[in-house]
Amino acid sequence: MPEEVKAHITGVVFQITSKAGDRLAAGDPVVVLESMKMEIPVEAPRAGVVREIKVAEGQTVQEGDTIAVID
Amino acid sequence: MLPSVLVANRGEIARRVIRGCRRLGVRAIAVYSEADAGWPHVAEADEAVLIGPAPARESYLDFERVLGAARKTGARAVHPGYGFLSENWRFAKACEEAGLVWIGPPWRVIQQMGDKVEARRRMREAGVPVVPGSEGALDSLEAAGAVGGRIGYPLMLKAAAGGGGIGMVRVADAAALPAAWASAQRRAQAAFGSGALFVERYVTEPRHVEVQVFGDTGGQVVHLHERECSIQRRHQKLIEESPAPALDPEVKAHLVEAAVRGARAVGYVNAGTMEFIVQGREAYFLEMNTRLQVEHPVTEEVTGLDLVEWQLRVASGEPLPLPQDKIAQRGAALECRIYAEDPAKNFMPSPGTVARLALPAGPGVRLETGVAEGVQVSVHYDPLLAKVVTRGDTREEAIARMRTALEGFVVEGVRTVIPFHQRVLASAAFRAGRVHTQMVEQGGFNA
Repeated sequence: MPEEVKAHITGVVFQITSKAGDRLAAGDPVVVLESMKMEIPVEAPRAGVVREIKVAEGQTVQEGDTIAVID
Repeated sequence: MLPSVLVANRGEIARRVIRGCRRLGVRAIAVYSEADAGWPHVAEADEAVLIGPAPARESYLDFERVLGAARKTGARAVHPGYGFLSENWRFAKACEEAGLVWIGPPWRVIQQMGDKVEARRRMREAGVPVVPGSEGALDSLEAAGAVGGRIGYPLMLKAAAGGGGIGMVRVADAAALPAAWASAQRRAQAAFGSGALFVERYVTEPRHVEVQVFGDTGGQVVHLHERECSIQRRHQKLIEESPAPALDPEVKAHLVEAAVRGARAVGYVNAGTMEFIVQGREAYFLEMNTRLQVEHPVTEEVTGLDLVEWQLRVASGEPLPLPQDKIAQRGAALECRIYAEDPAKNFMPSPGTVARLALPAGPGVRLETGVAEGVQVSVHYDPLLAKVVTRGDTREEAIARMRTALEGFVVEGVRTVIPFHQRVLASAAFRAGRVHTQMVEQGGFNA
């Protein structure tokens, strides 16, 4: 089942640390957000393969926005 | 006196500096990003210049845009506040080269104190105690083992080229050293392009006590007493106070004397802070902040002095307004930083729009506020909304006033650390002055 990885805070995409096809363990960072001078990783909620990254570096995301899809 | 000052900052510190300029009849010029057009510091300045879009790299951190605003407005001096460009020696040098007065120490001093290994060396030479450790960068595991044998465990491996806690590895005992050395070296190489490491004793549960110093261009240096800033999260302060509670008078005397000696040794001019870690009767130099501190109001409240006024006078070439024996510490003062962070979610940022803001007032209560109702608290900047400062004849009175003040501090639209402050102020440990820098992370004030 594909699962959406959502931003848990509002921030700017600082770094994309995974790409489509990467195999991630639960807790691995998918992207790193920057908010109020903090770098905050958005982690994979479970193990899986990254199907799609839905954001670009420098993009502002709101809490709850979909960051990526893992399968 | 300087005729005009460009305030290269935003939020509460920009307002504080603008107010200080006003008092002395100095024209204050603000700069702002597109995100801050509606913020109070822009409206309060005599003149304000838009310097770019919201990301700090393209506005508040951009040398050319800030210097361009100074040129355009004919500013005579630059006040950097804290954060942003305040400890960037290249920017201080660029200001000097542009013919602007830098309201801070000479750029060479900022450069020296910004290099952790160099700062340690300079302080050790001046007879200021530093955390026991290696003399400089080490090139081998064997050398690190020898230092470990001399200073004891646990210890810390730190990147010589580093900072901000990156690449630091704690080593519990000698057996753990080889693996830790390899790991720290790899991280230092990746982050800073150099695997050079140095070794320091790991000080368990220390207090953070700092000394406010001031120097003038005539070579005088004084201290304005100490501040305790042990309540921290992620190595950032949340509560500060003066005097430091339950600090042995001999330890305090030793700290202020060492701070003045250290500042004098590097030719310090203007406002600066010597930070120490204290454990029992041992005190070690941590680092020097070559700028005005966020928590300077607690010093103002116990000394009755205006530190921004001192900064402007010293930058104008005047001598220090008072000699050491006229700088007294009276009563007690406390500061709580109001951050837009959620203490229930490990102090995660909480950006948003300030839908409602009600501020406390009353005897002994001072507010330094950057925000106003309706402003957007952006993801691009530090989450500090305001500082609540209270004073009293005693520490108990300052704490009581703070608890009342925080009850009257209402913010809607963003979450803040106010509930955390209320728990700290109510705790037996804090009220007894039994605090250390690792308390928050150990969960000492959890709900």
